[in-house]
Amino acid sequence: MATRQGQALGRLAVAPAVAALAAWSLVPLALAFYYAFLHYKLDDPDNTFFAKGANFYYFVTDPFFAKDLFNTVALVLLVLVITVVGGVLLGILLDRPFWGRGIVRVLVISPFFIMPTVSALVWKNLMMHPVYGFFAHMWRSVGLTPIDWFGSHPLMSVGIVVGWQWLPFATLILLTALQSLDEEQKDAAEMDGAGKLDFFRHIMLPHLMRPITVVILIETIFLLNVFAEIKVTSVGGIAGNLTYLVFSKLNDDNNVGEAAAGGLIAVVLANIVSMFLVRLIGRNLEA
Amino acid sequence: MARKTTTAQMTMATIFAWAVGLIMFFPILWTALAAFKTESDAYSLPENWWSTPWTTENFGIVQERSNYLRYILNTTIIAVVSTLLGLVLAIPAAWSMAFQPEDRASVSWPGYVWLVIILGAMAAAAAIAYSVGWAMSARPLLGLLLIVIFSLPIAAWVWTRRTGDKLLWMLSTKMMPPAGALIPIYLIFNRNGLVFKDWGWIDLSEWNLIDTFAGMIPLMMLLNLPIVIWMLYTYFKEIPFGILEAARMDGAGLWQELSSVLAPMALPGIASTLLLNVILSWNEAFWTLNLTNKYAAPLSFFISEYSSPEGQFWAKLSAASLMAIAPIMVLGWFSQRQLVRGLTFGAVK
Repeated sequence: MATRQGQALGRLAVAPAVAALAAWSLVPLALAFYYAFLHYKLDDPDNTFFAKGANFYYFVTDPFFAKDLFNTVALVLLVLVITVVGGVLLGILLDRPFWGRGIVRVLVISPFFIMPTVSALVWKNLMMHPVYGFFAHMWRSVGLTPIDWFGSHPLMSVGIVVGWQWLPFATLILLTALQSLDEEQKDAAEMDGAGKLDFFRHIMLPHLMRPITVVILIETIFLLNVFAEIKVTSVGGIAGNLTYLVFSKLNDDNNVGEAAAGGLIAVVLANIVSMFLVRLIGRNLEA
Repeated sequence: MARKTTTAQMTMATIFAWAVGLIMFFPILWTALAAFKTESDAYSLPENWWSTPWTTENFGIVQERSNYLRYILNTTIIAVVSTLLGLVLAIPAAWSMAFQPEDRASVSWPGYVWLVIILGAMAAAAAIAYSVGWAMSARPLLGLLLIVIFSLPIAAWVWTRRTGDKLLWMLSTKMMPPAGALIPIYLIFNRNGLVFKDWGWIDLSEWNLIDTFAGMIPLMMLLNLPIVIWMLYTYFKEIPFGILEAARMDGAGLWQELSSVLAPMALPGIASTLLLNVILSWNEAFWTLNLTNKYAAPLSFFISEYSSPEGQFWAKLSAASLMAIAPIMVLGWFSQRQLVRGLTFGAVK
C-alpha cells in the first residue's frame, strides 16, 4: 500500500498544479468582482469610483442583453440539435460494416480539427456567399433564389458552421458508445424478431442515453463561449451572444466595470451547466 | 452467430457512408481546390473547377504579403512550449493522484468550519477594499494582499481534499467561461489594471504582456492544464498497481520505481496527451484574438485578418486556410481515440 514517504511526496507533487489552477481560477474571479463594482472606463481612468450595483443594472437593462441572451440560448440549442441528431445517425452509419470505413471516419472527423476562424471564413465566403458561394450555385441549379445566409439569417448561419465543427465530436463519442453495445445483444434482439425500429427504440437509444447526456453537457460548456465564429464573420451586432457582448463592452465602449459585471453573469450561467456535468463525472469516478 | 451482411447491403452502406463522409469533408475539399486556382477562377469554382488551370502562386503571395511562416512559427512555439510546461506541472500531479490517492481529506475539519473561514476571508477582503476607498492604484501591495486573503483559504481547502474531489475541482476550473476572465486577464496583461499599477519599489512602467510569448504561453498552459491532468490521470490509472507493489517488494526505491517501472509504461499516455494538447492550443481562438495582434500572434489571428479584405481574395484565403489547418488536421487524424478520452474526462469509455 501507499507508504508514508510516498504519501508526503504525493501531497507535495500535487501542490504546484493546485496552486497554478487556484491562481488561474480565483485571481481573475476576485479581480472581476472588484472591477464589477467600479465605475471604470479605459478612456477616462481618472474618473474611477465605487459604483455599487450600477454596472449590473446597466448591463442587464442594455437592449443588447436580452437579445444576446436569447441568441446564446438559441445558438446552443440549435447546435445541440444538429450535433446530437446528426451524431446518432452518423454513429449508426459508421458502426455498420462497409468498405473504406477508416477513410470515411477520417473524413467525418476532420472538421473538428479546423480552427474556428478558418471554418467561419470558409463557410461565410466559399459556401454561403449569396452570389458566388457553393450553396448559391446549388440553389440556382434547381431554380431557387439563393439565400443570403449571413446577411439575412446570421444566427442560423453561425449555428450551421458551429454545428459542422462539433458534429464530429458527437459522432465520435456516440460511435464509441455504440461499439460497446455487444454483438450478442444485437443477435438476441434479432432472433426475438425485433424490427430495426424496435431495436433502435428499446435497445440502442437507452444505451446511448448516457453518452448523449455527456455530449450535451460538454458541448454546452463550450458552446456558451462561441466567439471567434461571430467575430470574424462580423455578425456580432445581430447574432452576438453574451461572450461577444462582454467583449464589445470592453473593446467598443472601453467600459471595464460593465464588462466585468457581464462576465460574472456569464460565469453564473456556465456554472449551472457545469454543476450537472461535474456531478455526472463524479458519479462515474466512484464507479 | 455473427450477423451476415450480404454484398448488396454492403454496397449500399458503402455508397451511403462515402456520400455522407464526402459531404462532411466537402468544405475542406473545396478550400483545398480553391487554393490552387487563380483569384477570378476561384469565384467560378462550381462550374469549372476541373477545366480552369491549376496554380501554386497563392501560397507565395500569402507568404509574401502576410508572412505566414512567422505565424506558424508563433503557433508552434506557443502550442509546444505551453504543452511541455503543462506536462511539467501535470505529470507529478497526475502521478500523485493516481498512485498516492488519499481516500480521506487530510484536514478533517467539518464543512462549516471551512465555509466560515472562506467566507470570512472574502468578507474581510471586501471590507478592507471598501474601507480604503476601492481605488487601490496607489496601494499595490494591499491589492496583492487582498487577492491572497481571498484565494488562499480556497486553495488550502482544495489541497487538503481527498483525491476524487481534487480532480473534480480541477475539472471545474476548465468550465470557467473566458468571458468571465477576459477583463481581469486583459487588465493584468495591460498594466492598466488598478491593482497591479505603480509598485513604487519595482519599476513596472514597461509592464506589458499583451501580444507577447511571456503572456500567451502561461495562459495557454493554464487553459488546458485541467484536460492534461485528467488525461494523464486516466492513463496512469490503467497501469496496474500490482507491478508497482512488486517493484517495492523487491526493494526498489522511489526513484527507481519512477524511472524504471513507471516511466516506460506511462510514456504512450504522455505522448497522446501531448498530441491532444498541441491540437487544442493550435486551434484556440478566444484569447489569441483578444490578446495578440502582431508579434506573438498565432495562425488563428492570421486568418482572422481575412475577415475584412479588399477586392478578390478567395484563392488567397483558401491558400492561407489550407496552410493553417493542414498540419494539425493530419496530427488530429492520428489522435481520434485520445480526443474522446481527453474531452469527455473519462465519462465515456
